[in-house]
Amino acid sequence: MSRTPLDTVEHAAATPDVELPWAELGLKKDEYERVVEILGRRPTGAELAMYSVMWSEHCSYKSSKVHLRQFGEKAPRSDALLVGIGENAGVVDVGQGYAVTFKVESHNHPSYVEPYQGAATGVGGIVRDIIAMGARPVAVVDPLRFGAADHPDTKRVLPGVVAGIGGYGNCLGLPNIGGEVVFDACYQGNPLVNAGAIGVMRHEDIHLAKASGAGNKVILYGARTGGDGIGGASILASETFDDAKPSKRPAVQVGDPFQEKLLIECTLEAFKEKLVVGIQDLGAAGLSCATSELASNGSGGMRVTLDDVPLRDSTLSPEEILMSESQERMCAVVEPEKVDRFLEICDKWDVIATVIGEVTDGDRLEIFWHGGKIVDVDPRTVAHEGPTYERPYARPSWQDGLQADDANKLPRPATGEELRDQVLKLVSSPNQASKKWITSQYDHFVQGNTVLAQPEDSGMIRIDEETGLGVAIATDGNGRYAKLDPYTGAQLALAEAYRNVATTGARPLAISDCLNFGSPEDPAVMWQFAEAVRGLADGCLQLGTPVTGGNVSLYNQTGEAAIHPTPVVAVLGVIDDVARRTPVAFQEEGQLLYLLGDTREEFGGSAWSQVVHDHLGGLPPKVDLERERLLAEILISASRDGMIDSAHDLSDGGLVQAVVESALLGRKGARLVVPDGLDAFTFLFSESAGRAVVAVPRSEEVRFNDMCGARGLPATRIGVVDGDSVEVQGAFALPLTELSEAHEATIPALLA
Amino acid sequence: MTARIGVVTFPGSLDDRDTRRAIRLAGAEPVALWHKDKDLKQVDAVVLPGGFSYGDYLRAGAISRFSPVMETVIEQARSGLPVLGICNGFQVLTEAHLLPGGMLGNDHLHFVCRDQKLRVENAETAWTGDYRRGQEINIPLKNMDGRYVADQYTLDRLEAEGLVAFRYLVDGAAADGYGNPNGSLNDIAGITNEAGNVVGLMPHPEHAVEPLIGSGRTDGLPFFTSILKKLVNA
Repeated sequence: MSRTPLDTVEHAAATPDVELPWAELGLKKDEYERVVEILGRRPTGAELAMYSVMWSEHCSYKSSKVHLRQFGEKAPRSDALLVGIGENAGVVDVGQGYAVTFKVESHNHPSYVEPYQGAATGVGGIVRDIIAMGARPVAVVDPLRFGAADHPDTKRVLPGVVAGIGGYGNCLGLPNIGGEVVFDACYQGNPLVNAGAIGVMRHEDIHLAKASGAGNKVILYGARTGGDGIGGASILASETFDDAKPSKRPAVQVGDPFQEKLLIECTLEAFKEKLVVGIQDLGAAGLSCATSELASNGSGGMRVTLDDVPLRDSTLSPEEILMSESQERMCAVVEPEKVDRFLEICDKWDVIATVIGEVTDGDRLEIFWHGGKIVDVDPRTVAHEGPTYERPYARPSWQDGLQADDANKLPRPATGEELRDQVLKLVSSPNQASKKWITSQYDHFVQGNTVLAQPEDSGMIRIDEETGLGVAIATDGNGRYAKLDPYTGAQLALAEAYRNVATTGARPLAISDCLNFGSPEDPAVMWQFAEAVRGLADGCLQLGTPVTGGNVSLYNQTGEAAIHPTPVVAVLGVIDDVARRTPVAFQEEGQLLYLLGDTREEFGGSAWSQVVHDHLGGLPPKVDLERERLLAEILISASRDGMIDSAHDLSDGGLVQAVVESALLGRKGARLVVPDGLDAFTFLFSESAGRAVVAVPRSEEVRFNDMCGARGLPATRIGVVDGDSVEVQGAFALPLTELSEAHEATIPALLA
Repeated sequence: MTARIGVVTFPGSLDDRDTRRAIRLAGAEPVALWHKDKDLKQVDAVVLPGGFSYGDYLRAGAISRFSPVMETVIEQARSGLPVLGICNGFQVLTEAHLLPGGMLGNDHLHFVCRDQKLRVENAETAWTGDYRRGQEINIPLKNMDGRYVADQYTLDRLEAEGLVAFRYLVDGAAADGYGNPNGSLNDIAGITNEAGNVVGLMPHPEHAVEPLIGSGRTDGLPFFTSILKKLVNA
C-alpha cells in the first residue's frame, strides 16, 4: 500500500491543478475557493480534511452565529459569570470559593443511527468538556425526545438510548439527576438526545483551552486513535483519500466509559499538581479541532508530528488521523519540566500519553507526517474564521393558520364524570406518565451528594459537606409551544426551567441551551431559529441569567418535515444550604395547598389539547418574566424560612398533573376546591405560566399570606393535603391507587 | 481510640469516596488503599467498594481479583481481617473465593437503581452487629450484574449454616422497595463466610448514611458502626 507521493505543502504548491474531493467532504464551492484564497495555493489533503470538519455546521455554527451573537450583545450584567461563551463550557461563581461549570449538548443524529453508542458517547463528550474546564464532574442530566410512544421504531431507539446513557454514565460514577422524556410524532425520524453535565471546582482551578509559551509540550492522552467516527462532524468520505484502504468506517463513535473514568481521575490529579497550562478535549473533529483551537486561542503557533499519535489501526492515513473522532482522548499543553510528572500520573492510571508536538514562537499550525510538512495554516482561519451565512428567513405562510386554530375553542368536559375521565387520560398519557422505568436505569446515588433527582422539579447536588452549599439544575423545552410561537416558546422553556430551579429553593444564576431545529436552508426553519434565539436572549436579559454556552443542532429533519422547533434550556441555581430544599412530594396531612400566580384560559399547545383532542393550534401561554422573577423570589424565601413543606411547578398538564404527582410521591391525597372566578376545567387543565402549587403548614399560613400579599403575588387557597384520593369538591374523586396504576403502567407497557 | 478502615480503589471504582465518607460519619478513620499496592497500611478492616472495576470487562470482579492489593486482602481475610464487599466488591469477593457463588446479569437485563427493602438474616457478623436479626431495612440498590447464583449444595449449606446475611423482601409493592430486583436465588442479597469476618452484598449501605442525601435514610450506617464497635472493643 504505497501512498505516493505524500501530499505535502510543497507538493500542493507545485501541483495546483490536482482535484481534491472538497464536495464529498461537505464543503461548498465558494468555501473551497475561500480555503485556496487563505492559503494562496490549493490545500493539501490533510489541510482539506481539517478545514472541512472545522467549517462544518456542527463545528463552525456558520448558519447560527449571526443570531447567537445576541447572547453576548444582550447579556445581562452578572457578577456570577467567570467564563462565558466560547470555551468548552461556561463557568459560574456559586460562592464560598466554588465555581460550577455546566453545559448541554446534542447527540441527535448518531443516536438515531446507533442508539446505544450514540447516546453513550453523547454523555462521554459533554463530560470531557466539563473536565477540560478543570472541574470534577458531579452530575449529568438528559433531556430526550422521541417519536410517538407507540411507534415500533420508538421501541428500537428509546431502550437503546436509555441503556447507552445508563451504561456510560453509571460506569463513570456520575449521578443522573434530571432531564426530560417527551414523545411526539415530529421526532420520529429525528430523536433528540441532549446531554448535560455539571462540574465543580475551586475558582483558582479554572483551566482554559489555549496553548501558550513557546517550547511547551503538546501531550495527547487517553485512548488510541482509530478509524471510528471519521467525518462524524461533516460526512464520511475516507476512501477518496486512498483507494487501497478498507473503506467506509462507521461514522458513529464507539464509547469506552472505563477509559473515560481513568481519563477523569488522571486529568484531575494532573490539575491538582498544577501541571497543565492549557487543555482541550477531543470531540467533534478530533485532533483537527483540538490542535487548531488550542493554537488559535494561545499566543503562539504549534508544531505537531502526527507519526507520534498512538494508533489502534496502523493503516490510517494522516487525513483520517486528523478527522477521527475516537472517544476518550484529551490534549494537554504542559511545560517541559513538568512533562515527566504528567506522564507518570498517566502511567499510574494506565492511560496512554504521548508528546506529539510543541508550542512554537510563530503563528502557524504545522503538522508533519513521515518527515514531510502536510499542514501549514494560520490556526485562526481553521478554528474561528470559518464561513458565516446570513441565511434567508421568513415567517412561514402556515403560521397564521396554525395560530388561528384556537385550542380554547375545543370541546370541554361538561360533567364531573368527564373531568374524571380526562384526568385519568392525562396522567396516563405517555408524556405525563411516570418515567420511572427509564430513570431507574440511571444511578442517581453515586458520589453520595444527591439531594434531589428526577422526578423532582430540579436535580440538586450538595457541593460542600460542611456548609451544605448546593447547586440545582433543571432542563426544559416544549416544542409544541415553540411551534405555535418560537419567540414565546423559547421564553416559556427558559421560564419553566427557571421556575423549576426556584421551586426546589435554589436561586437561578445562569443558563445553557441546546437549540434543536430543522434545516437552516429552509427559510421557515431559519425564522423559527431566529425567533427562538431572540426570545431567549431577551428573556435572559430580563431575568438576569446570562447564557454561558450551549449547542446548536440543525438539520433535524426528514425530507421536508422538520421537527418542532425545540429550544431546550438548562438553568443552573445555587442554594446556600441543601437542608432547606423543597421537594415535590406532599409531606403531611392537614397542610394547606396554595396556588401561586394567575390562571387564565390558556390551552394552546397544552397537554390536554394533545391528549384529549390530538390538537396543536392557537397561541401558547403568555409569558410574564417579571412575574416569574417574583414567583421565584417568593419560593426561595418560603423555602429558606421554612414556610412551605412541598412545592411543584405548574407546566404541561396544568394544576391537576402537579397535584397528582405530589400526591403519588408523598402517598397522601388532596381535597381541592375550585376557587371563585374559575371553572373546574380551567382550574385543572390550564397551562398558564408563572404558577406553582405549594403546601403550607397551618402554623405558617399567616406569615406566608402576608409575604405574598406584601410582594403582590396572587396566592389562592385551593385545598388541603388529606386522605387517600385526589378529590375535586363537587366534581369527582380519584383514589391514589387508581391514579398510581394509571400513572405508572403506561411506559413499561409500551417499552418493557 | 478509633479504628482504621481501608477502602480499595481499583481502576473503575466509583463508590470509594462515598464509602470513605460513610466510615468517617460512623466515627472511624478511612484509609485510601490503591490496587497496585500490596501494602494495606496496617488497617483494621477493608471495604471493597462498588463500581465497575476494570470496566467489568471479562466478568464483573474477575480482573480485580488478581490485583496486587487483593493478594494481601485474600491472605489476611483468611486469618480473620474483616472485609466488606459492596456490589462490585461483593463480585470481587466471590471471584476471589472468599465467598461462595457468583453474580450473573439481572434477569430483566436492565441496570436497576432503586430503594430496596432487605431483611437482616444474620446480625452476628463483624459488619452487622448493630442490626437485629429479622430487622427490615431500606438501602439503595444499583447494579447490572446482581443476580446471585450458586449450586444447590452451596445454597443449602448457606441456608443451613445461617450464612445468608441479607435477603430481599419480596412481599409488598415494588414502589415501596419490595421485590427481588435481579432474580437472585433464594432472594439472597448478601452473604457471610463461616467466620463472619467476610461479608458481601449487592445493595449499597454507604448511600444510606445521611438523612438528607440519596435515599434520605440512615439504614446503612450500622454497617460502619458495627465494625467500629467490634474493632474498638476487641
